[in-house]
Amino acid sequence: MRTSITRRVALLAAAGAAALGLTGPADAQTSIKIGYAISRTGPNTGGAAVTTLPNYELWVKEVNAAGGIKLGDKRVPIEVVQYDDRSNAEEAVRALERLINQDKVDFILPPWGTGLNLAVGPILNREGYPHLAATAVTDRAPELAKRWPNSFWLLGTSADAAKTLVELLVKLRDEKKIGETVAMVSVADGFGIDLSAAARPVLTNAKFKLAYDKSYPVGTQDLAPIINDVKALNPDVVIAFSYPPDTLALTEQSRLAGLNPKVFYTGVGTAFPLYRQRFGNNAQGVMGIGGWSGDSPAIKDYLARHKAAAPNNAEPDRWASAVTYASLQMLQQAIEKVGKIDRAAVIKELQTGSFDTVIGKVKLENNMPTRYWWVGQWQDGEFYGIAPAGNDGARTAIVPKPAWAAP
Amino acid sequence: MTNAILTGLMLGGMYALTAMGLTLQYGVARIMNLSYGEFLIAAAFASHWLFTGWALSPFLGLALVIPVAFAVSFAVYKLLLTPLVRRARTRDALEVDSILATFGLAFIVQGSMLSLFGGAYYSYSYLAFPVHLLGETIAANRLAALAVTILLGAVLYLALTRTRAGTAVRAVAVDPSAAQLVAIDVARTSALTFALGGALVAAAGVLVSTFLTFSASSGVVFTMKALIIVVMGGIGNILGCVIAGLLLGVSEALVASFVDPGLTLAVNFALFLTVLLVKPAGLFGRATR
Repeated sequence: MRTSITRRVALLAAAGAAALGLTGPADAQTSIKIGYAISRTGPNTGGAAVTTLPNYELWVKEVNAAGGIKLGDKRVPIEVVQYDDRSNAEEAVRALERLINQDKVDFILPPWGTGLNLAVGPILNREGYPHLAATAVTDRAPELAKRWPNSFWLLGTSADAAKTLVELLVKLRDEKKIGETVAMVSVADGFGIDLSAAARPVLTNAKFKLAYDKSYPVGTQDLAPIINDVKALNPDVVIAFSYPPDTLALTEQSRLAGLNPKVFYTGVGTAFPLYRQRFGNNAQGVMGIGGWSGDSPAIKDYLARHKAAAPNNAEPDRWASAVTYASLQMLQQAIEKVGKIDRAAVIKELQTGSFDTVIGKVKLENNMPTRYWWVGQWQDGEFYGIAPAGNDGARTAIVPKPAWAAP
Repeated sequence: MTNAILTGLMLGGMYALTAMGLTLQYGVARIMNLSYGEFLIAAAFASHWLFTGWALSPFLGLALVIPVAFAVSFAVYKLLLTPLVRRARTRDALEVDSILATFGLAFIVQGSMLSLFGGAYYSYSYLAFPVHLLGETIAANRLAALAVTILLGAVLYLALTRTRAGTAVRAVAVDPSAAQLVAIDVARTSALTFALGGALVAAAGVLVSTFLTFSASSGVVFTMKALIIVVMGGIGNILGCVIAGLLLGVSEALVASFVDPGLTLAVNFALFLTVLLVKPAGLFGRATR
């Protein structure tokens, strides 16, 4: 009897201490809980598996190997909670609600892709979590950054992408390296619709002759009819705002059909290591969206670390991968400067601070970076950024693209 | 025009190829296999692995992949589907049960592929040179795939119409209870036909992998396309399957060349609906009820 009372008292005391401990002096953080929901299944898997997931894993591994994130005068390790959003917006939102309410994570890393980042924007804003959208391209970015001050749109707008591409074409035309006939194809989905809509007026204003301008449905398994039509027009420039499988198929078809324009530009996937692996020397001179400063020591080091950490020595893509990794470095530096888990202060720090990252020094203005890589080109096995030409490490474009060789 | 028809035939051949296995599995064994596309992708991965890891040509790889797929499909039927077949009172009930079971199987196969190969895109280059035919240029790998499709289709058609075993298969497709009365082992025939369907889908996967980019999660596209073609051609009819596939491919190519590439999906579904409205049992199907 006596023992049982003592036991009960002890239990009560322990419970009381635990309850007090939440608000009391034992505020000491032993780990930082970071959660994310990422597409491990569904149509987004291909993109998430190349661009996002390896970077999340690499970053967590590196930070924990170094003892963790510095909070004040000590380091605490990262603890990860993750879910599969099944490439589905509702699922992504549900997973985030669970991360916030049940798992009570300290920070949330964003999903892959424009659509899902737009879908989770409201909840991250409502709950006051920083939202570092590193894989979203949308024209609404400036407006969204205002509406959701916690959101950071690191990949810029499609209008910018189209404008930079056309500026490059204008420059090449002034240098008499290309003529004025342009053929444009686009995938009839978010990315393709946005970019072709942005490029159309800019091209016409720049007095280019848009000889071909058509879209095709997502998942089209044979792009030969398009390439054959384009070839008949013999354009100087071929622009394709395509998704990874189409990017590969369009390139392959152009090579087979002997379509050799002076500028050959393809969309998402051109910057993937798979592209070079698939086409070898034929990748030389192909332009695509994205790019990075391939000669910078920070990028070279990042590439080596990524290869060492990823399964099968997988390489990062040469566009959003480095930006994703840089966004994680920014988050870490912001947390360390604040010195405690104070999300509002971290958001403030992200808005105003400047950060050392693999893509160089980043300082955001109106929650967006001031420099982007918009056009890259495969040159001797590396996808270098070539436009905007003012960026550090910009290479000169190889124009005309060498003719396709037999495989 | 020649060009559009040629590319259409290539595409249609691929469609027919990817649907032939399903027409056997659904039409004869009455298994509505929702994991069909996943098996196709699994074969594509096998081919990719054999080609990049062992430098084995996909056409030699076929000799390895097809028997394995046959055995695996046979095992799937015996272990997973036989209990459903035994339990089902009618063929319709079996269809519903098999939809649920193979839907689950699709996740298992896809999950294993994701853990083995990750979610990234895969692609390799094989027979990727242009061939000149009737004054037009086409890809050698697509032409090879079409040739194999025609070969497989012809062999299957002859086997089904000219041999004893083929007759038994057709009898089971038409009426399993009557087939039993003339001493056909329905359970065995169904199992073997399902396995044959599995072997065909594996062949399709290997051939498709030579010219299409794929990832562990792209199976569902093939299941849907195959389903449309099977229903359109008449369930269980190989000839109907080939013709429906070619029809879809050619119409897609014609629309893409002469109207707008954006309308290919629309024309697909318009054709599908028209066929179903005019002939509800499919192009070569017989109305059974």
